[in-house]
Amino acid sequence: MQCPKCHAPMHTYNRNGVQIEQCAGCRGIFLDYGELESLTRLESQWTQQAPPPPPAAPAPQAYPAAPAWGAPHQGHHGHHGHHGHRSFGRMLFSS
Amino acid sequence: MSRALIRRLAALTEASGPEDPVVLADRPDGTVVGGARTVAKAHAPDCDAAALAVRLRIAAHPRLHGTLLPPLPVTGPDGYLLRYDDGRPLTRWPYGRPVAPDDPDAAPWEDAARLLARLHAVDPATLPGPVPPMRGPAKAARALARMRTAPAAAVPCLAAAARAVEGGWAALPPWARDEAPAPGPGLLCHGDLHLGQLVRHPVPDGRWLLIDVDDLGVGEAGWDLARPAAWFASGLLAPEVWARFLGAYRAAGGRAVRPDGDPWPELDVPARALTVQTAALSLAKAAQEGRPLDEVETALVDSCARMA
Repeated sequence: MQCPKCHAPMHTYNRNGVQIEQCAGCRGIFLDYGELESLTRLESQWTQQAPPPPPAAPAPQAYPAAPAWGAPHQGHHGHHGHHGHRSFGRMLFSS
Repeated sequence: MSRALIRRLAALTEASGPEDPVVLADRPDGTVVGGARTVAKAHAPDCDAAALAVRLRIAAHPRLHGTLLPPLPVTGPDGYLLRYDDGRPLTRWPYGRPVAPDDPDAAPWEDAARLLARLHAVDPATLPGPVPPMRGPAKAARALARMRTAPAAAVPCLAAAARAVEGGWAALPPWARDEAPAPGPGLLCHGDLHLGQLVRHPVPDGRWLLIDVDDLGVGEAGWDLARPAAWFASGLLAPEVWARFLGAYRAAGGRAVRPDGDPWPELDVPARALTVQTAALSLAKAAQEGRPLDEVETALVDSCARMA
């Protein structure tokens, strides 16, 4: 295609996945329908990347991993309130 | 236990002490009599005396200084072991102050973990030998045998519990049931860790040391972490206490589990075995006493039911 302003030939370039036509004479750029929006979207993504986002807040104290056969609802409704239980007290000290 | 055995043990404790010796423990697997500064132990009648002699030399070895309580010498061919009239091995030990039984959260969980990490780091090749196998799986098998011979029929609800325990036992690999050698080269392990296996020596405020070498040997080191792991998994031990214990073990470079991340690939089989063992012994005891299981014992049986 020819440049609508100076009638020099236009060349197609790919910029970050967006096809643009640029005039070989006046360096003017022709955008197809939706291409301006695509470039705007790319620009906004770039500004979100720089400066980099602040580091994520430290994770809360991880709950210790437990095996599949363990008591359900570990740490929330488990039996460990019984650790003052006399029977468990004896168990802690016996073979 | 015979009066003659108590007198023999008392004579080993403190010849010069005027006070009466105290029977500190009297169980099928051992009788312990304590004087003011020395205790004497009669080991189980079926104990392997040759293997015990090696375990005693290991406990007395400089590599274990600060980790295991060393035995006191006796006048006998092995240096640390005498034989009673019936053949039972007798040993002498310094008296150490045990963990206070009233406050498990205040127990020296971190010290226990660090002592295990130190024990697991000792190369068995540098020790007096032949270093026997760790007896954890053998004790688990013995617990199942005890459950099977207990009069469970007297208490109807115990029969269903026994089936759950058998299911958990059947799901274990053969090595954990003492039916095959443990996989891997193994580490030096205690074999029967619980809070009764720690004392402060010298009394009253010396360092914590591990006692009771009857099950010590080379084996799967995860076994030594498996009781706390089993208690935590069954919801009996508070997650914070388990995290303290495991964290201290890892911080001390303990080799039984990977340095970080999920420790259960290493702990799963030993913790299942200890859960089954403890449930089986609870059942045997409940059957003998003709009572149902309490809620702590039931939590362990419930875990067994989820393993099958």
